[in-house]
Amino acid sequence: MGKLKKIYSKSFLGLSAFFFILFSTFPFYWMLIATFKRDHDLFSPNNNPFLFNEPATIKHLSELLFNTLFLKYMFNTFWVGTVVVVITLIIAVPAAYCLSRWSGKTGENLGIGIFLTYLVPPTLLFIPLSRIISFFGLHESLGALILIYPTFTIPFCTWLLMGFFKSIPKDIEEQAMIDGCSRLGAMIKIIFPLSISGILTVIVFTFTLTMHEFIYALSFISVSAHKTISVGVPTELVRGDVFRWGPLMAGALIPSIPVAILYTFFLDRFISGFTMGAVK
Amino acid sequence: MAQVEIRNVSKSFGDVKVVDNVNIFIKEGEFLVLLGPSGCGKTTLLRMIAGLEDITSGEIWIGGKVVNNTSPKERNIAMVFQSYALYPHMSVFENIQFPLKNQRMNKEKIREKVEWAAGMFGIEKLLNRKPRQLSGGERQRVAIARAMVRSPNVFLLDEPLSNLDAKLRASAREELQQFQEKVGITTIYVTHDQIEAMGLGDHIAVMSKGKVHQIGTPKEVYNNPADTFVASFMGSPPMNLIEKDDSILGFRPENFVPIDMLNADEGIETLEFFVTWFEDLGSDSLVYGNVKFQSSSSQKHVVSRLQSRANIKIEKGKTYTFAIKRQDLRFFDVKTGYKKNAH
Repeated sequence: MGKLKKIYSKSFLGLSAFFFILFSTFPFYWMLIATFKRDHDLFSPNNNPFLFNEPATIKHLSELLFNTLFLKYMFNTFWVGTVVVVITLIIAVPAAYCLSRWSGKTGENLGIGIFLTYLVPPTLLFIPLSRIISFFGLHESLGALILIYPTFTIPFCTWLLMGFFKSIPKDIEEQAMIDGCSRLGAMIKIIFPLSISGILTVIVFTFTLTMHEFIYALSFISVSAHKTISVGVPTELVRGDVFRWGPLMAGALIPSIPVAILYTFFLDRFISGFTMGAVK
Repeated sequence: MAQVEIRNVSKSFGDVKVVDNVNIFIKEGEFLVLLGPSGCGKTTLLRMIAGLEDITSGEIWIGGKVVNNTSPKERNIAMVFQSYALYPHMSVFENIQFPLKNQRMNKEKIREKVEWAAGMFGIEKLLNRKPRQLSGGERQRVAIARAMVRSPNVFLLDEPLSNLDAKLRASAREELQQFQEKVGITTIYVTHDQIEAMGLGDHIAVMSKGKVHQIGTPKEVYNNPADTFVASFMGSPPMNLIEKDDSILGFRPENFVPIDMLNADEGIETLEFFVTWFEDLGSDSLVYGNVKFQSSSSQKHVVSRLQSRANIKIEKGKTYTFAIKRQDLRFFDVKTGYKKNAH
C-alpha cells in the first residue's frame, strides 16, 4: 500500500514538473521556430504551427541584424544596464551597510521605507520625471534612462543587500577592526567577500530590470538610434498592422539567451540572495 | 606588553548606566579576570578597552597613553570573541596571517610567524582548512593563535571557553594559563564562571550592575569577600549568610562542620543544625538544613559541605551540633552589605 502511494506521489510530481517545464519552455520554443521559419511556413494556415513544414532559413535573423538597428539597441541596452549597475552598486552597497549596521530599529524602518518607494508604479511617476528630464536637457538621450533607472533599482537593491549584511555577524567585522582594519577596510576585506552572492544578485537583478523596462524607455526616447531593445523591437519591427514575426521573434530570443544562461548558472546564489536574512 | 589603567570609566546607553565609575589597574603581564553575572557590564567594559565602544566618561590608559579616542587598530590589542569570529571565507592560515598582512609584514616573515603560532597551539595540520571544517575546540585554538600571532600589548578574551563542552573546557583552561605564563602578555578575561575565574586569574574583579565590588587575588575574593554580593556569588554552594542582630553573619559551607571535627580550644561558635536534605556528590557531601539562634525565634537555611572521607553519618530529620571556627566567620553590615571588621 505504501509502495503504491509512493509511486502515485512520484508520478504526480513528475507529471507536474513535466507540465511546468512545458509551460515555461514553450515561449522559447515558439520564438526559436518562428525565428527560423520561412514566411510561407509561418503564415500558411494549412501548416502545423508547432513544427517546421519547410526547410529552415536564417533570412529573418540576418534581416534583424543587418537591416534594422537591432545591434544598436543591444548596445544601448548593454550600455544603460552597465552604467545603472555601477551607479546602483556605488549607492546601494554603502547605504545598505549603514542601514543594517548603525541605526538599529530606525535603520530597519528606513530600509522598509526605501523599499516602499520601489512599489510606486512608473505609470504614476513618468509625468513628473519628464519635467526633471527636460530640466536636465536629457530628452531623447540614454542619459534620461541612466538617470531614471536607479530610482527603482537603488531602493530594491538597498533593501536586498540589507538582509545580506545583517546576516553577517557583527563580531567578524569588529574582529577585523581589532586585527588592524579601519571600518572601511573591514567592509572591503571582510564584508564584501562574504556578501558576494548578494552583490551578484544585485548585479543580475539590476541588469534584467533595466533590460525589460518599457514605460520610461518609451516615454523619454523616440529617436530610433537611442532606443533600447525593450522599446526598439516592438516599435520598429511592427509597421502599422504588419507584424514582422520572424525578426520580432529573433529580436526577443537573442537578448533572452544571456539572461537565461546567467540565471541558470547563478540560480542557487540568486535564491540565497532573496532568502538571506529572512531565514537564519 | 603594557599596563592597563581604567580610571572612573562609565558607560550609558540612554538612561541606562551599564558601567558605573569603574577603576581598575592591571600590571604588565598580569592576568585579570572580570567576573560577574550576565548583564553586569563586564563585556561592555572589555569592548571599551578594545575601542569597540565609546566611553561616556572617564579614561582608559594602555601603556601609559590615554586611548579614549584611539581606534581599535591603533591600540595594538588582540581580542578573542565568544563566537571566535573566524573569517569564514578564509583558510586557517589566512585567518592567522590576517593581522600580520594588515601590518604589511613581508611574506616570509608572515609564514614564519603563522607557523610559530600554529605550532604553539597544535594546529599545524589544519592550516589549509576552512573554519566550518573545524570542531569547536579547534576553532578556539585558531582564534587564540590569530590573536597571539602579532604579539599584542594586551590580550582580551570574552568568554572564550563558553562554547566548549565541560571536559574540553578544563583542558583549554589549563593550556590557556600555561600559554599566558609563557608569553607574559597582559590579559583581561571576561567570564561569568567563577571556577574559570578562580583557576585562571592573578586577580579577579567581581562586577555587578556595572560596578566593581571587589578586586583581589582569587583567594582574597573567596575568603574575604568585600560585601554580601561577592560572598553569595563566589563558591558553589555560596557562602551562608545569616542575619543576626545588626550584622549579617557569613561562613563558607566547608567551614561549617560537626563540632567533634573541631578543636574547642581554637575558639568556635556552635549552632544546632536541623538536617532537611543530604546530597552525596562523591568526593563531598552537601548537607542542607536550618539553624536557630537563641536570640531570634526564626530558623535560617544553611548548607554544609563535608568531605566524604571524613565518614560522618548524617541523617535527615535529625538535629546535630555543628560549629564554625571564629576566624572563619565574616560579618557584613545589614544595611549596606559591606564587610565589617571582625568582632
